[in-house]
Amino acid sequence: MASEFHRGVVKALHDGALRGHLRRAMDSLMEKRQALFPDVDELESLRRRCMQIRAHALANLPDLLEQLEQRCSENGIQVHWAETTEQANDLVYEILQRHGVKQLVKGKSMVSEEMGLNHYLEARGIECLESDLGEFIIQLAGETPSHIVMPALHKSKQEIAELFHEKFPDIPYTDDVDELTAAARAILREKFEQAEAGLSGVNFLVAETGTLCLVENEGNGRMSTTVPPLHIAVTGIEKVVEKLADVPPLLSLLPRSATGQRITTYFNMISGPRKPDEKDGPTEVHLVLLDNGRSRIYADEELQATLRCIRCGACINHCPVYTRLGGHAYGTVYPGPIGSILEPQKEGLDRLGELAEASTLCGACAEVCPVRIPIPQLLNRLRWESVRQDGDDETKGQGGRRKATQAGLWQAWASLASHPALYRIAVGSASRFRRLLPQQLGPWTRVRKAPQIAEKPLRQLIEQEDKRDE
Amino acid sequence: MPSETRPEGVYFYATCLVDLFYPQVGLAGMALLKREGLKVIFPGDQTCCGQPAYNAGYREQARQVAAAQLDLFAKDHPIVVPSGSCAGMMKHHYPALFAGTERHSQALAVADRVWELTAFLTDVLQIELQDLGDPLKVALHTSCSTRREMGAAHAGEALLAQLDGVELVQQDHKTECCGFGGTFAVKQPEISAAMVEDKTRSLRLAGAELVVSQDCGCLMNIGGALEFQKEDRSQAEGPATQHIAEFLWERTRGQ
Amino acid sequence: MSEARHRILQRLRRVERPSGDEELTRSVDRHPWNRDEKIERFSTRMSEVRAEVHLTTKDTWAADLTAILLNKGVRNMVYAPDKPDGSQLATALNAAKIDSVPYAQSIEAWKSELFQQMDAGFTGCRGAIAETGSLILWADEAEPRLLSLVPPIHCVLLQADQIHSTFAEAIEAQGWTQEGMPTNALLISGPSKSADIAQVLAYGVHGPKSLVVMVVQ
Repeated sequence: MASEFHRGVVKALHDGALRGHLRRAMDSLMEKRQALFPDVDELESLRRRCMQIRAHALANLPDLLEQLEQRCSENGIQVHWAETTEQANDLVYEILQRHGVKQLVKGKSMVSEEMGLNHYLEARGIECLESDLGEFIIQLAGETPSHIVMPALHKSKQEIAELFHEKFPDIPYTDDVDELTAAARAILREKFEQAEAGLSGVNFLVAETGTLCLVENEGNGRMSTTVPPLHIAVTGIEKVVEKLADVPPLLSLLPRSATGQRITTYFNMISGPRKPDEKDGPTEVHLVLLDNGRSRIYADEELQATLRCIRCGACINHCPVYTRLGGHAYGTVYPGPIGSILEPQKEGLDRLGELAEASTLCGACAEVCPVRIPIPQLLNRLRWESVRQDGDDETKGQGGRRKATQAGLWQAWASLASHPALYRIAVGSASRFRRLLPQQLGPWTRVRKAPQIAEKPLRQLIEQEDKRDE
Repeated sequence: MPSETRPEGVYFYATCLVDLFYPQVGLAGMALLKREGLKVIFPGDQTCCGQPAYNAGYREQARQVAAAQLDLFAKDHPIVVPSGSCAGMMKHHYPALFAGTERHSQALAVADRVWELTAFLTDVLQIELQDLGDPLKVALHTSCSTRREMGAAHAGEALLAQLDGVELVQQDHKTECCGFGGTFAVKQPEISAAMVEDKTRSLRLAGAELVVSQDCGCLMNIGGALEFQKEDRSQAEGPATQHIAEFLWERTRGQ
Repeated sequence: MSEARHRILQRLRRVERPSGDEELTRSVDRHPWNRDEKIERFSTRMSEVRAEVHLTTKDTWAADLTAILLNKGVRNMVYAPDKPDGSQLATALNAAKIDSVPYAQSIEAWKSELFQQMDAGFTGCRGAIAETGSLILWADEAEPRLLSLVPPIHCVLLQADQIHSTFAEAIEAQGWTQEGMPTNALLISGPSKSADIAQVLAYGVHGPKSLVVMVVQ
């Protein structure tokens, strides 16, 4: 029975061009990252610190969120809370409506993808224009991002050139990257100038000072949050850190882990709307804090580690499964290893638990995570949650993947393997009747020869040897 | 148990794959240890470490089987395992598996003594190997668990470096998973197939005549794929595969 | 949506705090670099991302920058009239027949002019960071944010003795927490860029295409 994920997998694996492209892109990102971490001890020490900063913030989350709200409000930032994406969309729409906004320019925000904000607003007559170059490209193509940091990763230069030419026929066809970039700059510059409102995400929220921190390379984030008179920031409730002093270590690890850059071109720290005598900047700044299942994840001490994530994408870049599938096959907002632990918990194990199984638990992700999320351990935990019957429904969709036949098989195996005498007989029989073992073992033998059971199992050989030695 | 202390005896936990599919690996592993003057105890009641059920999410069943293994190691000897994957299960997951149960301290005690075989040979025994074999190009596929869970990638490389006749070739994407992942190969066969095909291509390109590994799971996967490719696609070229214990034993006995 | 706020906080508060959490020990990372080393490192980092760094002096920087701008064919330059550096530069520019345009009104009054007609913008800065090659800018009434963003060329005056080794050191030395954060604090580490098109690096995406830093020794 093919699931949607399975269909996505098969499609992706057959796309030779995509696979070659992904392989080269991931190799390049891994190399760039590696080059900026020459000192292993220093890297490990920094990872530990960043883990502690995030874990500490999570341990104090409700207090820090209140402190953040307090500081933000004192500074003039209006703070809103949304339990669900519906509520978040309504909030954003309401603010835009109040200002009569018809055109919204967007900096990059994965949370806004989670909200499906663009579709929601467009259905209500508000145009949403992506300004991050990668997001701009996929918006033109009518697609969703395939990577949390580089949304248009799956597209080749030629595909982008054709897309531009199709959408902007006045601009002569070019596949020169500088020319394509210049074209995008010109188009979006006009939009920045005219936009009535700008929307952004947030990378870090600082409770101590009520500050929104944003990283970016292009300048579209600054444009979206500075030029229009209205700025709305949307982010998850888990993004808060306690003190300003917590920011430098995180900023030190985030760009290097994400794209192998020492630092992004801009690091923007917003602590309020335009002050009375200032000449530019938004006159109104809003912050929408979204829950959408995070508080439920928060409730589990082990799974809470999922929320440490600073959305760098390093796990995605190092994942052998993602390298072969790309982001779209996952069918989720967040793909790759982080997606495989986050999405099933947000959307339910009954719906997305399969993602937690689509991993060999190789551990490449955990090795590079800047905040030391033990991803393989959490994947394993989710596999248990998917089939267990003895829980209290703490994890969404708990037990939703349990199948009686599989459970029965594992119980039979357990009964056998916990009784040595029985196991000995079973193994002995397997050896004796090994020639009856089918050589076609379904999918395994489509690309491999079947393993051969030994003529005599080890325990028998040892017993014979021991007898000989006596 | 401090790593510098040389024990008198060790338990040998062969693993279920070795028992059923690769018994020669078990004999070779035990022989290597015996040759170093250790008493090697093979607990006859060993079955499986429980990892297959554990990774499938069936923790109750895994615990049931793991509990039976815990009782095999009454004496305070190191437990040597010719598999990074099974060693990892026992060392890193048994404590969590038995947390909050009456066997927790027993699990911790056992976990503390578990060693992956190649790491035991280099770090504890400081084994010295004399290569009696013919020149050979060998690639080492260090399993993900040996590398990342057991931190023992250095051991396999160090052991092969001691063999004068062995030229260690480096395959591209050396640290990338081969795609076995136990139940993953069955549950996500297409992705697994794509991964093993890439891995076998890398190994071929490296010019290896033989691929050795610390883990029989990986060998079943990589070896099975190489064999299939030789027959099905008339690709006569392609390395053979062997567990590193068996390889070391043969090379140092002139076979 | 205070109902949502209440419910979210209530759900979070129901969770027992982990026993292991103590106060974080926070340290300030810094490097033992002297002034020259900091200048050197800052310049190297900046040059790596195609920023232009020019070493100059207190007396000659305005003339030096004017020469650079003439060379680039710049017709005008926006600056903050209430800052002494800006005024100093304006004098030098005017002598070279480059229009100096004061950013004296709110953006609403002249947005299209700023966007469409200004070639370059000039700001001071609040120091820099050597480790990452970053300028520190705090926007205020005198020096608006868009000065360093909209015109395609951004010129900055940096005092060499205000270069810190790390970001953490700058925050501590400059007393950010004590002073309170401005509406907008910014680290600028080069001209605008992107690698979103087939991972090929391209400069001048939405922010300035050129960054010119005058370092006064």
